[in-house]
Amino acid sequence: MKPTDIAAPDYFHKVVDCQWACPAHTPVPEYIRLIAQGRYSDAYMINWKSNVFPGILGRTCDRPCEPACRRGRVEETPVAICRLKRVAADFKDDIKQRLPHPTAKNGKRIAFVGGGPASLTVARDLAPLGYHCTVFDGDPEAGGMMRTQIPKFRLPNSVIDEETGYILGLGVEFKGGHRIESMKALLAEKYDAIFVGSGAPRGRELDIPGRKEAATNIHIGIDWLASVSFGHVDKIGKRVIVLGGGNTAMDCCRTARRLGGEDVKVIVRSGFEEMKASPWEKEDAIHEDIPILNFLVPVAFVHDSGRLTGVTFQKVKAEYDAKGRRNLVPSGEPDQTFACDDVLVAVGQENAFPWIEQDCGIEFDKWHMPKVDPKTFVSTNPKVFFGGDAAFGPKNIIWAVAQGHDAALSIHKMLSGEDITERPLPEVQISSQKMGIHEWSYDNDISNDKRFKVPHRDKVIALKDIRTEVELGYDVKLALGEAHRCLNCDVQTVFSTSLCIECDACVDICPMDCITFTDNGEEADLRQRLKAPSLHPDQDLYVSSDLKTGRVMVKDEDVCLHCGLCAERCPTGAWDMQKYLIEMTQAGSTCPTKSRSAA
Amino acid sequence: MTYIAKPKFHHPGLKKNELGYTHRDYEGKISTLCAGCGHDSITASIIEACYELSIEPHRVAKISGIGCSSKTPDYFLGNSHGFNSVHGRMPSVLTGANLANRDLIYLGVSGDGDSASIGFGQFAHSIRRGVNMTYIVENNGVYGLTKGQFSATADRGSKSKKGVTNTDNAIDLVAIALQLGATFVARSFSGDKSQLVPLIAAAIGHKGASFIDVISPCIAFNNHAGSTKSFDYVREHNDAVNRLDVLVGRDPIAVDYAPGTVQVVEQHDGSKIALRKIDADYDPHDRLGAQTFLARHAAKGQIVTGLLYVDPDADDLHAHLNTVETPLNSLEADTLCPGSAALDKFNASLR
Repeated sequence: MKPTDIAAPDYFHKVVDCQWACPAHTPVPEYIRLIAQGRYSDAYMINWKSNVFPGILGRTCDRPCEPACRRGRVEETPVAICRLKRVAADFKDDIKQRLPHPTAKNGKRIAFVGGGPASLTVARDLAPLGYHCTVFDGDPEAGGMMRTQIPKFRLPNSVIDEETGYILGLGVEFKGGHRIESMKALLAEKYDAIFVGSGAPRGRELDIPGRKEAATNIHIGIDWLASVSFGHVDKIGKRVIVLGGGNTAMDCCRTARRLGGEDVKVIVRSGFEEMKASPWEKEDAIHEDIPILNFLVPVAFVHDSGRLTGVTFQKVKAEYDAKGRRNLVPSGEPDQTFACDDVLVAVGQENAFPWIEQDCGIEFDKWHMPKVDPKTFVSTNPKVFFGGDAAFGPKNIIWAVAQGHDAALSIHKMLSGEDITERPLPEVQISSQKMGIHEWSYDNDISNDKRFKVPHRDKVIALKDIRTEVELGYDVKLALGEAHRCLNCDVQTVFSTSLCIECDACVDICPMDCITFTDNGEEADLRQRLKAPSLHPDQDLYVSSDLKTGRVMVKDEDVCLHCGLCAERCPTGAWDMQKYLIEMTQAGSTCPTKSRSAA
Repeated sequence: MTYIAKPKFHHPGLKKNELGYTHRDYEGKISTLCAGCGHDSITASIIEACYELSIEPHRVAKISGIGCSSKTPDYFLGNSHGFNSVHGRMPSVLTGANLANRDLIYLGVSGDGDSASIGFGQFAHSIRRGVNMTYIVENNGVYGLTKGQFSATADRGSKSKKGVTNTDNAIDLVAIALQLGATFVARSFSGDKSQLVPLIAAAIGHKGASFIDVISPCIAFNNHAGSTKSFDYVREHNDAVNRLDVLVGRDPIAVDYAPGTVQVVEQHDGSKIALRKIDADYDPHDRLGAQTFLARHAAKGQIVTGLLYVDPDADDLHAHLNTVETPLNSLEADTLCPGSAALDKFNASLR
């Protein structure tokens, strides 16, 4: 193999698994260290810069970082990254002074369709640069789906108000209750750019017999959640069936439990394991006495002259074809009918752009989705950008934020007369963490603690009030314990070939057998000759140039604890622990360096 | 030294030996030696050898004297018996322990100061008596703990870190061990685990006095130009006569080498070692030849490594003394001390 180019920012970025997995590339270990030091405001601001909604995401994020967390490969469970984010938000001081100050306007105007996470991210990035940002939303308050679709017992209004408030406070104009009905009309207002962040607002229908007749008691999940959120709906029947296996279904069933539903069940087509809902959301639902029944396909709503009495299901089983694809086939058992008073349909969401006219220069593909460049987020109309669920269909908040940053960068470049396909590299700061012979400026003593549970409010109290938050969040002590579980993967093991005397001290001390000195070879061959078996070929090998004996140093990054013992036991300083702080370049970064092309 | 404990986590894919242990289970406390010390690599090699042999840690007694080398038994086999004796007295403590309990595996760990200076006599007598043990000298040619004076194994003409030339002749412990009748004699290098680990494993399997001289560079005081025990010097002058490629318990050995290049040595306990010849003329069963070979190469400044001599049919001290098979420490009091009547009878037999 060729010597690893550690100057390429992506190399060490990949080693920070959590940050690499996060769509917004939040510097996770950096903020977790700050939490351990009690510097909650600093931890919050790192998050705020990167993911814009730390308090909201610390409660609701889909956490792509956690399955990626190295700790999950070392022991059973990853670090509770998401809930530590909430700790930063919960314990911070007043951070208003740290927010960017509204600057003089540059005379350029940008319109935003929809006031959800994508639009607000773009507005946050652009407003401090002097752009006049106007956000239109059909709802009276900012937040979009974060406000309407996520139940208050998971995400209180106060958190949404605070974090949308920080953005609107940057001089962003919010026009609530003002739904954009025509793209053509909006274009006619001669904005310099338009960002569409209108989400995936339409709940998918379930057209089976009885749907029309029993319509009074059959509700579309996201619409029903929005009605609950705005207080238009405050009760539901005693027996409720929720159809669908995603996070919306989990929100529906738990909401129903709080509005009078006593016998609430979730019924899904697939198997329990394949459900789209996050495992912890299923857990929370089950904890609230909501059974989840699987392999049942709804075939008809049963009604008594228009009054819903139940739902009939066909029993299915999973069969896998030669290519490993799953098919649900009837199991042959008789259909089953479950009695109920109300049904909540949460079987998916769809995009809908009835307000974008054919002749706006915005082309759509065969799935009726706008043609959007996946790097720059520009549509076929060079002044119109899309982001969040509106761009590529339903995903999670953190994706909307990540896309928002990229779209903001594109808009800023376009309005600065630059080529939007030129994307800047992330900003990287490198610093040795050595403080003394055996002292490091980070805590390298690895904690053996198992993941700490987040305390929940007592179920009896939690179920009484739909606005009472269920999760209490970590207290300071639990947060400290959980923070110590972080392996500091951003503190990198950096190897200097010229200093190495091949004494094997690093090989001998490494608790994870990561390091091998051996003859060079092709990657597949090298992976066979490592001191410990290579379990994850997607994890890189760090290979040195040729050493004095002609061998090379090969380090499997996979399960390195970043404990720094290799560097402590190295007599010549050939190993050093260096912190790589990698931050994605956002619109208006003052330090444009080398760039890579979007293609 | 390192202040934190070595993390308990280990690689999830670590292999386990027949006892279900990983090599991490054979570790001891974290080393307090200087960073990069060759001794730590010998520690790692002992761990690896014991792991590969699936040795039960409670069946090992590790005994040492004084010095950097003699600190190392704290860093391996944390669940074995140990005795850190007076300077240079490891061999007699080991001999005593071996006489009391012949069932244990004895690892004597010593240094060039401990064995070639203050304990030179002790070393000599334990070897000539054929105590069943693995005697490892971690040889760095320098008194590291007292800041780098030449030791008795420092080569004449080599330079200290301060630039002083050594005018004394060196003791070659391997030559002495051969002369004193050790039945397993080897030399290796701390920086060459692929050679050292099988040597240690073979020595443990050998019944009789096994002696391994391991050149182990002292990073702090003897790893400079002019030293003959530095990483660079040893790598440049290493003349390996053979390598132990395979070492398996009692399983038959199947090695795929050109005929004549591999020599299978069957040990007393039935275990076998496969020796790959590097020097075609070298015969590890020829004690006199080994002595000559060694002397000739030493004169040329070469460091001969590998398995230099082995007598597969060797006996040990217990055989010489005709002791009972049961370890003495397991015998009941009335067997050990059968009473005055038995003594009278014995005395009468001598009159």
